[in-house]
Amino acid sequence: MTTHKRRLRLSTVVDHAILIAGSLLMIVPVLMLVQMTSMPDLINMKTGPSLSIGDQWVPNFEKAMFQADGFSGINTGTRMLMNSFILGIGFAFGKIFVGMLAAYAIVYFRMRYASLAFWIIFTTLLLPLEVRILPSYEVVQRLGMLNTYQGLIIPLIASATATFFFRQYFRSIPEELVEAARIDGAGPVRFFFDILIPLSRTMIAAMFIIMFVYGWNQYLWPTMVTTEEGMFTLVRGIKQITQMLEGNQIPEYGRANMLALIAILPPVMIVIFFQSWFVKGLTESDK
Amino acid sequence: MSHVTLTALRKVYPNGFEAVKPASYTITPGEFVVLVGPSGCGKSTMLRMIAGLEDISDGTLEIAGRVVNTLDPADRDIAMVFQNYALYPHMTVRKNIGYGLQNRKIPKDVIAAKVAEASALLNLDDYLDRKPSQLSGGQRQRVAMGRAIVRDPALFLFDEPLSNLDAKLRNQMRIEIKALQRRLGVTSIYVTHDQVEAMTMADRIIVMNAGRIEQIGTPAEIYHTPATTFVASFMGAPPMNLLDGQIAGGAARVGDHTVMTDAPAAPGPVTVGIRPEDIVADPNGPLTLDIAIVEELGAHRLLHGTLAGQQLSVHVGKDSPATTGPFRAALKPGAVSLFDAGTGERL
Ligand SMILES: Nc1ncnc2c1ncn2[C@@H]1O[C@H](COP(=O)(O)OP(=O)(O)OP(=O)(O)O)[C@@H](O)[C@H]1O
Ligand SMILES: [Mg+2]
Repeated sequence: MTTHKRRLRLSTVVDHAILIAGSLLMIVPVLMLVQMTSMPDLINMKTGPSLSIGDQWVPNFEKAMFQADGFSGINTGTRMLMNSFILGIGFAFGKIFVGMLAAYAIVYFRMRYASLAFWIIFTTLLLPLEVRILPSYEVVQRLGMLNTYQGLIIPLIASATATFFFRQYFRSIPEELVEAARIDGAGPVRFFFDILIPLSRTMIAAMFIIMFVYGWNQYLWPTMVTTEEGMFTLVRGIKQITQMLEGNQIPEYGRANMLALIAILPPVMIVIFFQSWFVKGLTESDK
Repeated sequence: MSHVTLTALRKVYPNGFEAVKPASYTITPGEFVVLVGPSGCGKSTMLRMIAGLEDISDGTLEIAGRVVNTLDPADRDIAMVFQNYALYPHMTVRKNIGYGLQNRKIPKDVIAAKVAEASALLNLDDYLDRKPSQLSGGQRQRVAMGRAIVRDPALFLFDEPLSNLDAKLRNQMRIEIKALQRRLGVTSIYVTHDQVEAMTMADRIIVMNAGRIEQIGTPAEIYHTPATTFVASFMGAPPMNLLDGQIAGGAARVGDHTVMTDAPAAPGPVTVGIRPEDIVADPNGPLTLDIAIVEELGAHRLLHGTLAGQQLSVHVGKDSPATTGPFRAALKPGAVSLFDAGTGERL
């Protein structure tokens, strides 16, 4: 009896130890970031991360948000934050919209090669942007979309993942509901907007969270297509600052770290606030 | 004038399966027709062809004087109630009922008035602002009915609307639906596999089996003069007793027992059909049954036993003596139905 209890407790301890170690592994770099943003750049350069907390948060935040570098003077932190939001939101909505439409066509219309079409879409999972980056760049460049939001977003939004999730979801919606809507005189467009979108709202929310974070963190493609400073996103802009670290001024560690911290925040906030939607969307089957 | 006319209506599914063999019948205005048959016999398929949810393979379908074969469900002037209600989960009861009207570009105030009228008729006034998930099964069923009646369709279609309800509610809704249909006078086709529902609700019953119509008739006709052994054994609980018999010398016999003296059939083997309640206890009766089991059902009893070695059931009142062992009995006049031993057709 007691040994049984002891063993149980031991395994709990081990479980927790593993979980705590894992959490620390994740959180310590973030804490270091927070610490370093509070120190003057000189100290950071001399000692690196330490345990002391300085008083530089406000000045660093101001520099990160409002100071620009380069020639144009427009790529301030606020500007980059806005660009990141435009990319994240455009990317997420674009993927959801395209994915929903494709899934709608595949599930609800009697197309001759619907399943073939689906599998072709599915195989594009094997061709992420990184694989087709040169031709994609060529196309965007010829269309004159370099340094535009369209150029930033459109090549990224074709989404096999979203199509797949929405297809599975639509297939779980009872057939009778579709039939009742047909009898009620809802044509394809009305059905899509009146029935399908409201029914899919938790799914849309879940997809939005995933896709927003994914879009927000895009690095390679924005680096390729944006050369004008006014178009930089946060993730790309941080890189720009760290490149300047190799110059001969005192590197702006505080500012760069603060920008990194700012870049982390929106995805974290979105996940925290929409967590319940997220779980619902992926698990709920109340249709 | 006929209201719904099917002419050799047939359904072959893409995989080559003939779910409905060519079927022809007409339904008069205001009639309540029940399609009944065992699972998989093609009832739903027939109904869905009429609704326009399933393509018609062959034949013509007329509703209210129009051939509607190729029309969309929305243009056929029909309304349908589904087994699982098929309510829109994200809309309130009010919107659920009004959605069909809204799609037909009917002015808002007219919709409101019609929804109010339907909800009053169905006692849904207290629930108009609830979502379907906040309703009981019976209430959901009524919302589905409301969605059907607001549109004043030429034809109601029901596909097993009560089979998700418990027995008590089912009885109650059965009466409600029937009363509503009477009151509105709308022609209706009602699919069920429950023969009690068929008997109690129908003006006329269509019995189907394996894609084929076995018999069309009033409940009394179906019950008393079944056209085939299938109908005889499908309708009634317990079903009609079907015994192997012989015609000899103008009399129908089961084993040594003469069950009918002036049989209108040629000599040879026949199937003898006798309803359980047409066998009555009679100490001087011509038949001697051997009863093995007595089922006590309160108002009456069911006796299960054999006649000349063949299984049969007897339905007797609670006052009738009932013990296992030999049981002397007589038949009510006209109790015996004769069927062809090969084809099962009524003779
Ligand atoms: N899409 C289809 N393709 C091929 N066969 C089908 C299809 N749909 C139904 N069937 C077959 O057609 C026959 C009739 O089906 P139907 O749904 O009309 O039966 P039903 O009488 O309504 O049965 P139940 O009482 O179980 O609802 C069944 O044998 C079924 O397997
Ligand atoms: Mg059915």
